[in-house]
Amino acid sequence: MAKVAMTVNGKAVALELEDRTLLVDALRDALGLTGTHVGCDSTQCGCCTVHLDGRSVKSCSMLAPQADGRAILTIEGLAGIEGPGSGDALHPVQQAFTECHALQCGFCTPGMIMAAAGLLAENPAPTEEEIVHALEGNLCRCTGYVNIVSAVQRAAELMRG
Amino acid sequence: MRPLVYRRAASLAEAERLLAEHPAATLLAGGMTLIPTLKLRLARPSHVVDIARLAELRGIDGKDGRLTVGAATTHAEVAGAVAVRRAIPALAELAAGIGDPQVRNAGTLGGSVANNDPAADYPAAVLALDATIETNRRTIPAAEFLVGMFATALAPGEIVLRVGFAMPERAAYRKFAHPASGYAMAGVFVAEHRDGVRVAVTGAGPGAFRWREAEAALAKRFNAGSLAGLEPDASGLNADIHASAEYRANLAGVMARRAVAAIQ
Repeated sequence: MAKVAMTVNGKAVALELEDRTLLVDALRDALGLTGTHVGCDSTQCGCCTVHLDGRSVKSCSMLAPQADGRAILTIEGLAGIEGPGSGDALHPVQQAFTECHALQCGFCTPGMIMAAAGLLAENPAPTEEEIVHALEGNLCRCTGYVNIVSAVQRAAELMRG
Repeated sequence: MRPLVYRRAASLAEAERLLAEHPAATLLAGGMTLIPTLKLRLARPSHVVDIARLAELRGIDGKDGRLTVGAATTHAEVAGAVAVRRAIPALAELAAGIGDPQVRNAGTLGGSVANNDPAADYPAAVLALDATIETNRRTIPAAEFLVGMFATALAPGEIVLRVGFAMPERAAYRKFAHPASGYAMAGVFVAEHRDGVRVAVTGAGPGAFRWREAEAALAKRFNAGSLAGLEPDASGLNADIHASAEYRANLAGVMARRAVAAIQ
């Protein structure tokens, strides 16, 4: 068994897991954070995207012990990072996805939002081409990409204020 | 995934010791190939030894016409590093085109080189940039390091520490990525060095290879027109449901001309 101590959405957690446990399974099964989805389970679809020390990664393709000592941010914690006591408030990327109708079935949405938030943290004013390139690791099987790209552009506006 | 024991090495010495103690252990860095491979049960190591955080495998340094990059440097770090963009912009561009952002944030240079996937991008760069692969035991020229499909000269217990690239006068990499997987169906790295031109092809054959005919043509005149009508010999190139060997040979010619056109 592996001991994994990490920060998840700002809170310190200590888990004891089988060594082979995937990070996504630790988040979903051990911590009950089921907002991070398992889509393809093969590094293709990006539904399981979380931030590891601020950078987007696919949590289905990482062992939980690899995240020991690191800070993880999931969709559940995203709104919380924008301000204290934000409660039901949405992160600007979530707000923009709502405004732009950037989801259909919603399964890819948490991963899309985490990937988009990762992009905007590095590039606050991306072009349409940069957004498309940055979302290459995320698949929407409803094919709702047009509105997703619009939402990322809208989120960039909201975040610039 | 089969049960395994995860160990994170605190130092290079500890990684060496763990590999020596456990002959069925394997190294883990970004895990972008290894973890999917484990999930498919195509590999069954007793232990995985995580070397991603080793200080000995970090750092980017350019001097005396060579750029040295630590094996644990992620593709995103290579793509973004000022030292790389200044010394070999084509290498930064190559790294920026690997996989997708999430993969680039985890996958490493050393892992890619040690895996030697025939459709990976870095093998073309190490051949075209006359690279040397420095391990915990020796320094190996790229041409001797890349042995064949998923095969390298690495011996059991040997760990890639860093890769040293020759800084070219000018260089470019162009690939035709498979639209679904993103892997290169043909990728060509063209580099003009003070002592000659190197052209390396990945994705098209069972391993990356230098395309000598294109090198000779470009040495006479460095111009995309010099490659008109040229393509590598299709015999021995990969053929699968995605493309025939002849198609890949043609793609390699097109990618080579695009690379030259990008820098001439």
